[in-house]
Amino acid sequence: MIHGKTEEKERLRIIVLTGRTIDQGCGKEIGKASKEYEESVAICEMNEEDMEKLKIRDGDRVRVTTKFGSVVLTVKKSRKIESPGTAFIPYGLWANFITGSITDGTGMPLLKGLPAEVEPTEEKVSSIRDLIQSCYIR
Amino acid sequence: MVVVSNVVCPVCGCCCDDIELIVDNNRIIEARNACAMGAAKFEKYFLHRNTNAYIRENGELKRAPLHDAIRKSAEILAESSYPILYGWSSTSCEAIKAGLELAEEVGGIIDNTSTVCHGPSILAAQDVGLVGATLGQIRHRADLIIYWGSNPWSAHPRHMERYTALSDGRFQRNIWRRVTARIRADSVKKKIARIVSIFFKRGRKRLPQEAKGKIVEMFPDEERKLIVVDVRKTRSADLADYFVQVEPGGDYDVLQALRALIRDEELDVTEVAGVPVETLEEIADLMINCKFGVIFFGLGLTMSKGKLRNVEAAIRLTQDLNMRTKFLIIPMRGHFNVTGANTVFTWQTGYPYAVDFSHGYPRYNPGETSAIDVLRRGDADAALVIASDPVSNFPRKAVRHLMDIPLIVIDPHLSPTALVADVVIPSAFVGIEAEGTAYRMDHVPLPLKKVVEPPAGILSDEEILRRILKEVRRLKGV
Repeated sequence: MIHGKTEEKERLRIIVLTGRTIDQGCGKEIGKASKEYEESVAICEMNEEDMEKLKIRDGDRVRVTTKFGSVVLTVKKSRKIESPGTAFIPYGLWANFITGSITDGTGMPLLKGLPAEVEPTEEKVSSIRDLIQSCYIR
Repeated sequence: MVVVSNVVCPVCGCCCDDIELIVDNNRIIEARNACAMGAAKFEKYFLHRNTNAYIRENGELKRAPLHDAIRKSAEILAESSYPILYGWSSTSCEAIKAGLELAEEVGGIIDNTSTVCHGPSILAAQDVGLVGATLGQIRHRADLIIYWGSNPWSAHPRHMERYTALSDGRFQRNIWRRVTARIRADSVKKKIARIVSIFFKRGRKRLPQEAKGKIVEMFPDEERKLIVVDVRKTRSADLADYFVQVEPGGDYDVLQALRALIRDEELDVTEVAGVPVETLEEIADLMINCKFGVIFFGLGLTMSKGKLRNVEAAIRLTQDLNMRTKFLIIPMRGHFNVTGANTVFTWQTGYPYAVDFSHGYPRYNPGETSAIDVLRRGDADAALVIASDPVSNFPRKAVRHLMDIPLIVIDPHLSPTALVADVVIPSAFVGIEAEGTAYRMDHVPLPLKKVVEPPAGILSDEEILRRILKEVRRLKGV
């Protein structure tokens, strides 16, 4: 797979990294029901070149899809991601919606370096309750 | 108004013990010395807290008296044949001890959050050992600090200030002088770039690129050096004297390449995982020529391709370096008491996490007895989650099973896990409303203080677990 190369119009293959951010850290301490938490984790940090390829701007929404799931996130331009073809999603319900559960006998699933596809979307970012209700129907 | 000093912060693995809290009328109004995360917890913990117990009836969570929730929890656990008890890293050692007694009594799996954190580091350390020290030693003596796959600026905001690059030790000075000089130089570069972009009417400002593979300045001996190795140029990397950007999933290759260079072997390639060999040679030189080096590694190694083998390579690199100089390696533990969870698990059962009591004695086999694997296979028939939020932090398939089985949640917040639970028991915030013991990331135990009274009727995690255990024993006729 050639990462960072547009496969067809407005669709990009990327590698998803997950991790901590200071906003996520503060948000989780205030409470996961808080607006601060949702705003800090339901985001996808992308490289500027990748955003130009997808013709999207800061604050637009993208659908990130892996073979395990698909989720809508708000795009945030990040200068921390210097290489095109990589995107960053903070730890949280949204990131884990698209990760697999195979641990290769270690107990730890692959949470960093997940192949994915990104495409622009007009859909709304799901709230925590939406994610739980619509996708994990009890 | 009362000032409570020397409070241990119950947020990250740094467990900063110099927090001053201003308390007025049983409420914390200011947290001094705390980082953004610490301040967010101390000053805003009560904003979204839950003070009610709930039991699910006909698909809806309904408020219930606390003793009913405790009795219902005990019934669920007593009736199950293979329950999973998960969480533990954000509560006190005393509560963890009670939890282990409960796990043994109900004969299930007990696992802590290190299973999706530094579990692979523990597996690697069990294979090849670990050369560690307390953070005080590092603060006073370390002259080369390496953060590998960790971003302390975001995850452990005061780590650098208290223990490493930005702290003044007895024998080593901080790197503030160089950091401020670099910030000034960057600001001048940005101004030039802006003028150039206006002059040439270019769409985007481009900063002049620094020469790669070259250490631009020589530093005084008594000033530490800071290297950051990561796949992203994080805020921590902005502070570093040297930032090495590795391709995602390339850490193992880079670590092994450094091992080869330290053994004076030559590499037949021009770059390894996106890092030029000249850069690696310079890093290897810095490592060999330091007096006291330390690698702090984070989840960049444990969660990416290679997992425990990445950590094993990093430990082996440290061991190789000890042939030439003094070098240490320490995992950057996330939650304030995840180290305590591993420690209490080990002294009670012999194993640090993923312990299975279903045979009547403790068994340990991560990959089989670890939380994600047990849930993915659909083995567990009940769950108790304490001080953790697996619905947010576990992959979807594992969460799916967690929702299909009777689920008990003990948490001060109504977390996403609590929203899908069958029984919710509110608890006091340990380190704010309840006292206890926590282990810092370097295995130093510290006392957590009770600073304010919890709301009426809210019990500590330990007390809730003791009551559930008592009820389970009554139901089982033990």
